[in-house]
Amino acid sequence: MNWYHALLAPGLFANPSVQEAAVVGALVAAVCGPVGMFTVMRSQSFAGHALADIASTGGSGALLLGLSPLLGFVVFGVTASGTMEMVGTHRRQGRDLVTGIVLGASLGLSALFLYLTATSQTTTGAAVTILFGSIFAVTSSTVWFAVGVGGAALVLLGLLYRPLLVSSVNPELAAAQGIPVRLVGLAHMVALALAVALSALTIGAILSTALLIGPAAAALYLTRSPGRAMVMASGVSLVVTWIGVALAYDSYDWLPSHQGWPVSFFVVLLVLATYALARVAVWRRVGPRRRKAVPAGAGWRGER
Amino acid sequence: MVPITSLPGPRPGLGAGSAGLRAPELSEPALSVEGLTVRLPGREVLRDVSFSVAPGELTGLIGSNGAGKTTLLRAVLGLQGLAAGRVAAKRPIGYVPQKVLLDPDLPVRARDLVGLGLEGTRLGLPWPSRARRARVDELLGSVEASSLAEARVGTLSGGEQQKILIAHALARRPKLLLLDEPLANLDLKATQEVVALLSRIAKTHGVAVLLSTHDINPLLAVMDRVVYLAGGRAASGTTDEVVQTDVLSALYGHHVCVVRLHGRVLVSTTDEHGEQGCDVAADAWEGAGPTTVRAVVPAPGDEGSSS
Repeated sequence: MNWYHALLAPGLFANPSVQEAAVVGALVAAVCGPVGMFTVMRSQSFAGHALADIASTGGSGALLLGLSPLLGFVVFGVTASGTMEMVGTHRRQGRDLVTGIVLGASLGLSALFLYLTATSQTTTGAAVTILFGSIFAVTSSTVWFAVGVGGAALVLLGLLYRPLLVSSVNPELAAAQGIPVRLVGLAHMVALALAVALSALTIGAILSTALLIGPAAAALYLTRSPGRAMVMASGVSLVVTWIGVALAYDSYDWLPSHQGWPVSFFVVLLVLATYALARVAVWRRVGPRRRKAVPAGAGWRGER
Repeated sequence: MVPITSLPGPRPGLGAGSAGLRAPELSEPALSVEGLTVRLPGREVLRDVSFSVAPGELTGLIGSNGAGKTTLLRAVLGLQGLAAGRVAAKRPIGYVPQKVLLDPDLPVRARDLVGLGLEGTRLGLPWPSRARRARVDELLGSVEASSLAEARVGTLSGGEQQKILIAHALARRPKLLLLDEPLANLDLKATQEVVALLSRIAKTHGVAVLLSTHDINPLLAVMDRVVYLAGGRAASGTTDEVVQTDVLSALYGHHVCVVRLHGRVLVSTTDEHGEQGCDVAADAWEGAGPTTVRAVVPAPGDEGSSS
């Protein structure tokens, strides 16, 4: 018995499901950091959540047809992201209404698909798989698909990094430099849909934005440069996912009934804790009200 | 720590790297607007507007809210379609938009924002480069904001943010620099700093600077020319040519008063005093007390007298 068995259940690192979950978690974290940072910067958290709900329709539909849920997440998410960006960007209120109405309909469809799956097939737990994730049950063919999806999102963001950053700071500033602001915004929405699909794979469609938004929001509190914020957001996503996986594995022994708790529960809880800690850290450093007045680079004013 | 004796005298501005900007062709305007008419849905915002801006000149675009200042600047940038007329502007154009709200939580340092002015349109990830870093430092120095380089832009004061945005706009060595209400919401000291900075940028780098403002007074000492917008039309020329009771009355289409007092200008657009109104307005303004007026804009050079 090794020393860490006091903390972690035996067999954690040898378990193939855990190993695969760790790999998938790392991939998802790498994508969620950059995409999440831009999503928080652009105040599009709600759009991300809407994409997640719509993706759940695709995921449940794919499951009903016997296909990989990830395929459904990606196809529905990307289509919806394009539609949302084109239909309602002129007015903020219009965008919110369109998003609100469409995502309600999507969840209704998900309910139907999941019901049909549950009654027609022997697969159990379809609803839990789609809505709350199944990082322990990712097949190896799905892993390669996920690598492709994550790679596409990262390439898209890497290519458009600077124009997207200017657009996110101020659209007028970007337009004056000749940046096609709407096209760049559309590309970000597609990257967001891909990240949501990956995140849905690990912690489920309903909770997928937690892994996108929470770590990025915490990183934005703690760092000053966009590059560092992305790396830190990815780092936080990675740590919470891995700890979540370990805790879920460990939880099998927690209750006499021997039922493992869902990974998504632990991940979401850890995201919340990280965000709260980041806020407290900033609050302790500069005080609750004086953030705006005191730049993070303490002492710069006195150098004059 | 730099010893005081080794500090350079006047700021080197954009430095040797900007030599290309120092030889402006003074004969050719950096911006020429002829017969510009712009219609937005339901109304004509600009009608037959003509003026030009020469390299090295600072021009004030004066007008009240809704006079069409932003529309004019957007037309120059090519972001606004023209109903008639011609706009010829030397490129690249630097632009500082109106009311840029930079969130304090934005993970963007002053250095990052200036860097984005330099190569914000390029594809791919920015690899660290010594040349770019030096150029960003140079740009920050040229707007006297070197000490702000590492601070988040959203945490800076309004005046400091304007300086960073100006450095951002200067990054691509513009021939023409457009600023939309850069003095809005600035206190007196910040206003003076930004105006002095823009005047120096125009003179030392030969950039044509066109900035819009609803208050002409902060610019009186430094402005080479003025473009005065009212009712969609424009009058342009030197301040003395344009800011006259008869010229502005013709522009507004009704009687307005131009009152000059203690080096300040008041344009009273209300019609209530009739033809005799200008004297009444002047008296009323004088009655407010010269000390009050002085307190608003001290003459250049007053700044250091109190210390």
